[in-house]
Amino acid sequence: MELSGAEILWECLMREGVEVVFGIPGGANMPIYDAMLKYPVHHVLVRHEQGAAHMADGYARASGKVGVAMATSGPGATNLVTGIATAMMDSSPVVFITGQVHAHLIGGDAFQETDVTGITLPITKHNYLVTRAEEIAQVVREAFYIARTGRPGPVLIDICKNAQIQKTEFVYPEKVELPGYKPPRTAPKAQLQKAAQMIKESRRPVILAGHGLLISRAYREMQELAHRAHIPVAMTLLGIGSMPASDPLNLGMMGMHGEAYCNLAIQNADLLIALGMRFDDRVTGNLKTYAPHAKKIHVEIDPSEVHKNVVVDLPLFGDLRMVLSDLLSYVEESRHDEWLDQIGEWRAESDSRDIIYWPDDGKLYTAHVIRSIWEATRGQATLTTGVGQHQMWAAQYYPFEEPYRFITSGGAGTMGFGVPSALGVWFTDKTRDVWVIDGDGSFQMTQAELSTIVQEGAKIKIAIMNNHFLGMVRQWQEFFFDSRYAATPLHGPDFIKIAEAHGIPARRVTKPEEVMDALRFADQTPGPVLLDFWVEKEEAVYPMVPAGADLHNMIRRPARERTTA
Amino acid sequence: MQHTLIALVENKPGVLNRVASLFRRRNFNIESLNVGHTDRKDISRMTIVINSDEVDARKVEANLYKLVNVIDVHDVSTQPAVIRDLALIKVKAALDQRAEIANLASIFRGRIVDVAAESVIVEITGTEDKIESLVELLRPFGILEMVRTGQVAMLRGGYEPVRHTPGAGSNGHHPEEALEMD
Ligand SMILES: Cc1ncc(C[n+]2csc(CCOP(=O)(O)OP(=O)(O)O)c2C)c(N)n1
Ligand SMILES: [Mg+2]
Repeated sequence: MELSGAEILWECLMREGVEVVFGIPGGANMPIYDAMLKYPVHHVLVRHEQGAAHMADGYARASGKVGVAMATSGPGATNLVTGIATAMMDSSPVVFITGQVHAHLIGGDAFQETDVTGITLPITKHNYLVTRAEEIAQVVREAFYIARTGRPGPVLIDICKNAQIQKTEFVYPEKVELPGYKPPRTAPKAQLQKAAQMIKESRRPVILAGHGLLISRAYREMQELAHRAHIPVAMTLLGIGSMPASDPLNLGMMGMHGEAYCNLAIQNADLLIALGMRFDDRVTGNLKTYAPHAKKIHVEIDPSEVHKNVVVDLPLFGDLRMVLSDLLSYVEESRHDEWLDQIGEWRAESDSRDIIYWPDDGKLYTAHVIRSIWEATRGQATLTTGVGQHQMWAAQYYPFEEPYRFITSGGAGTMGFGVPSALGVWFTDKTRDVWVIDGDGSFQMTQAELSTIVQEGAKIKIAIMNNHFLGMVRQWQEFFFDSRYAATPLHGPDFIKIAEAHGIPARRVTKPEEVMDALRFADQTPGPVLLDFWVEKEEAVYPMVPAGADLHNMIRRPARERTTA
Repeated sequence: MQHTLIALVENKPGVLNRVASLFRRRNFNIESLNVGHTDRKDISRMTIVINSDEVDARKVEANLYKLVNVIDVHDVSTQPAVIRDLALIKVKAALDQRAEIANLASIFRGRIVDVAAESVIVEITGTEDKIESLVELLRPFGILEMVRTGQVAMLRGGYEPVRHTPGAGSNGHHPEEALEMD
């Protein structure tokens, strides 16, 4: 059957199970949009292409399915760039489809021509420039396969307008043939046995649980390993949810703003079992003094990550789920009570400094607000965040029992991720309780998507932790630049009026006693809600490992009397 | 130390750019990079020479594999290999100097491939050292222009290529199998 290139694109997207796409039309992708009307797909019209990218990314992270975002050529495509880089850094499977000028115009600086494959080369897992309709089916099939397999990542397809219009015979490719693409499977038996032996011999082991556990759906195998061999689990920011927060073996988050006892456990360990994490500088601190007594096992799907930052003793290449389930057949039961007692002592010391146990002093602290949101949502919400202090507090004070419930930009640290990614999450399951924990700075970067949320009637709760500052930068200025607040005070708009202009019910909260009432209001409001929490302006996130410092040399919150009142 | 890597890549537009971009992005320094055809139309062959320690060489290999269009990478640095570079050297040559230049070239099994009133072009094939020696000997005459292809390399018969990246080469499974993964 003869179809236009645009129709072939949609035929292929339907076969990939695509139900929702996020984007904006323009000159160079109009044939794609026109053909879309014939297919059962829901299109979400965003207000800025960055929003489309984060939505598709949020959709992908929450569901494990491939997200799809679309843009026209030139400025439409370049507006995607931040979102593509964000997806790349966090290995999120998103297919980006951009329109391009006619093939015969390429290279001639035609109207809205931009070298999109050139620009996105280093921030995609792979990309394609399609100049003929005949290529589309094969390319789309490959793009989805590449995006979701191996170490997932964004793939961009730039389709020339003539290729969208041309008609050609539609033949769906039976299989993907990529001679240079071989995602690994499991590690050799001898290595698995060696790993089991190292685990058996260790007295102070720690599992480092990364995003890979969620991506390859290997968290249950990891939990089994932890329980069977009695190994405490430290999580990266993106690994949060891989171990239930209430599990006694859970050490919470590691790294720059990790729990002090968690970082101390890592520094004193004699074995680190790193699972789907990449020893990012935000989790290791000074590499020279990182976990100096520990042997290191690194299970990784991407060979270029092994020995990149930390030289390890035993790399195991492969898909985490396959490697872990194979490894489990060699791992014996053991106990490490002494080690866990030691960690327990550190934990008690950490608790004594924890702001969560502070008595009500009339001030509104972000940590307390987030804990109240946790209570009000019975710990069952899915959170997305911006980037900054509020993001770290969300990671620290909203304990998750399940994976795929904490959606945040880790590797790229992209402010503005919160609102659009929440809409993407909502589309994976409209009954989900979706909350955005945002900063006043981050929120303003993509607040235009409020109208997208309203247009879609999405039930999303937005809680702005409004400290009237670019808080995280302010904190660095306080600690490392003698409190010289260069360009960090934010004179935000009236967020209540902004919400109301969109028809979104909103409340402002300035005192602790108003928090629960506002959360009840949010719960009872059927559609989107915005809450503007005027929190303490100059609070700092603790503990903090200054960039490049030793992981055990944390700036700690000054201890304070604990009361029960 | 010098590492010589052979990469087989799909012969598609943009692949050279992907490889070059990778080196820039990861901050690897290329000594030389040569691309040419193989006996198969759909596969090109790159010879990449880098000056780096062992750890970085492994990183280059692993990163090359991340490119979807890279089919195979092996390292010939530690094995017996035929390594060749070709140079064309245009040397200032008055009439009475031609014979001397031709002599020098022939010692290195080079030859004169072009003669003009005031210059000659010497062609030489060989290892880097050999070419450099000849260049030094020709320098006093005055080198007007020079071009080198960069090294190309091939393992000697009877040796198995060394692949360091796990899952590379024959250990990797086939794409059709991978499809069953999800
Ligand atoms: C797009 C982008 N620009 C700049 C930064 C640098 N940055 C990191 S945190 C931060 C402040 C964030 O302020 P806000 O969203 O209000 O969060 P807070 O730290 O106050 O909770 C900035 C500017 C960034 N991460 N992303
Ligand atoms: Mg702020």
